[in-house]
Amino acid sequence: MNALDYVVLVGTLLGVAAFGMWRTRGQRDLRTYVHGARDTRWLTIGLAVMATQASAITFLSTPGQGYESGTGFVQNYFGTPIALVIVAIVFLPIYRRLKVDTAYEYLGRRFDAKTRLLGTLLFLIQRGWSAGITIYAPAIVLSKVFGWRLDLTIIGSGLLATAYTVSGGSAAVNLTQKYQMAVIFAGMIAAGVLLILQLPPWLKLSDAFTIAGGMHKLQSIDFSFDLHPRYTFWTGLFGGTVLALSYFGTDQSQVQRYLSGGSVRESRLGLMFNAVFKIPMQFFILLLGVLLFVFYQFERPPVFFNAATWQAHAAGAAGASLRGIETEFAAAHAERRADLTRWIEAKHAGNALGAREAKAAAVAANDRVDDIRRDAKAALIKVDPAAATKDTDYVFITFIVQHLPHGLIGLLVTAFFAAALNSKAAELNALAASSTVDLYRRIRPGATDAECVTASKWFTAAWGLFAIGFALSVTLAENLIEWSNIVGSLFYGVMLGLFVVAFFFKRIGGTATFWAAIVVELGVLAMYRTSTISYLWFNLIGCVACVALAALLQLLLPRPAASD
Amino acid sequence: MRSDRDASPVDDRRTGVPLLRSWRAVYLFVGATFVGWLVLLWAIMRHFA
Repeated sequence: MNALDYVVLVGTLLGVAAFGMWRTRGQRDLRTYVHGARDTRWLTIGLAVMATQASAITFLSTPGQGYESGTGFVQNYFGTPIALVIVAIVFLPIYRRLKVDTAYEYLGRRFDAKTRLLGTLLFLIQRGWSAGITIYAPAIVLSKVFGWRLDLTIIGSGLLATAYTVSGGSAAVNLTQKYQMAVIFAGMIAAGVLLILQLPPWLKLSDAFTIAGGMHKLQSIDFSFDLHPRYTFWTGLFGGTVLALSYFGTDQSQVQRYLSGGSVRESRLGLMFNAVFKIPMQFFILLLGVLLFVFYQFERPPVFFNAATWQAHAAGAAGASLRGIETEFAAAHAERRADLTRWIEAKHAGNALGAREAKAAAVAANDRVDDIRRDAKAALIKVDPAAATKDTDYVFITFIVQHLPHGLIGLLVTAFFAAALNSKAAELNALAASSTVDLYRRIRPGATDAECVTASKWFTAAWGLFAIGFALSVTLAENLIEWSNIVGSLFYGVMLGLFVVAFFFKRIGGTATFWAAIVVELGVLAMYRTSTISYLWFNLIGCVACVALAALLQLLLPRPAASD
Repeated sequence: MRSDRDASPVDDRRTGVPLLRSWRAVYLFVGATFVGWLVLLWAIMRHFA
């Protein structure tokens, strides 16, 4: 990055944050601090809901996912439109009618204090943890690529999000998210256009799709009933619906966004905006990764995308074996490029037989390239057993740094940080709201609004510091976006189970629901440790088991009183 | 704590969306868009397989 990139980065981030703080200064009552002025329009709500879900991980890591595994990850989002329609029809009107400040306040009204406390704690544990990952994810990648200090990157971005969230509450979060989303979309579209322009001039876009399809990178839908693949049509439809229903319906970081609407109409339209655009947005980000894959069929990629880690070891005492692999990789890549060129030339010439033969050779050459990449990771582990060998999170940033002009590099890095700040601010805002409304206000029922706002600001700061501390101490082996979904899936099923019982099973009381949720949550955590089934199924299993066990326990317990 | 600014239920029954005047129509549109995306993804997958 040069001076222009840093001007774009620092100027945009500080400018948007300062604007958000200035526009939302001086709030005195808790409801405004928690929900904004309740006059937010549907487009702002729609963008805020989208921005809260789409963290830096989405924009940094998803193209790498597309590069490595193709577009199949889009199936993870097949349940989202279904879930959002259910939230708009069932959850939203109830929250609005009861005028609750948090989703867990509803559990208290429907069940009892202990079930509300359980819902609150499940949310605080899960979301507090995620807030740390949200800030750690871009910091670990960007600090390695640009040689920044990881701790200072985490502290700097963490403190900025905390500062404007403390200052302006929910209104500041909504306002900054709108402008930051504009920066993100501008950056991603510009990167996509420049990527296409940098493909070989004789390669048409349809040829790029032919290569991607031939290499199995456009397998968006898998109808197999096998329980073990992480992403199939069925895991997306069933597990994904439950995950999305739990996230949008019961996670305070989202509930808070759409409850800031001026009416049910504005909130609903904001949700429907996401129901329509979430799948195409994710698909196009994955497609960006697939086009990166095609680009790197002709431009030689690094054998290992985390260049800082690779070069540190290649320059060391045991570097000869790594440099040998680099030479082998360069030869395999040249062979693959030649086969691909023959394939597309035969296609252009209408030579079907030649195209088939060249395609088979190119696929075989690509398999050899993949084998060498696996060998490279094994060699890296041999040299340094502690080295992280997942390099997909570095694919997109490698392209940005090596192939985009200055200024645009700054814009893209700004977009990643903006996405991180968006999500982190919404998370802190929700954590503070729940801590204040569900915990502090119950401990101090006589607290005035001004006292509650002050407490909420302190909670925001405390959660911000907790997230920074967590991010400073964490190390992750999984692909970052997958890890964030795995963490959610461990808790969301049971959380949704609590709300499903509350909404639809009026004869089941708080005590049965409370104990069922605890037993099933422990079961889900045990299953994660011992089972190999796709994590998306945990959402469905957790929800169904919680409802079933609550119904069973209720048979053994006295019928709940009317207020229970 | 409680806001008086919540819109009336009558306002909430109107969608304010041209051509999609009822919520049922909005939800059907969302469903149709979802199915449309599935068909498009499937068609891309088949065409470039």
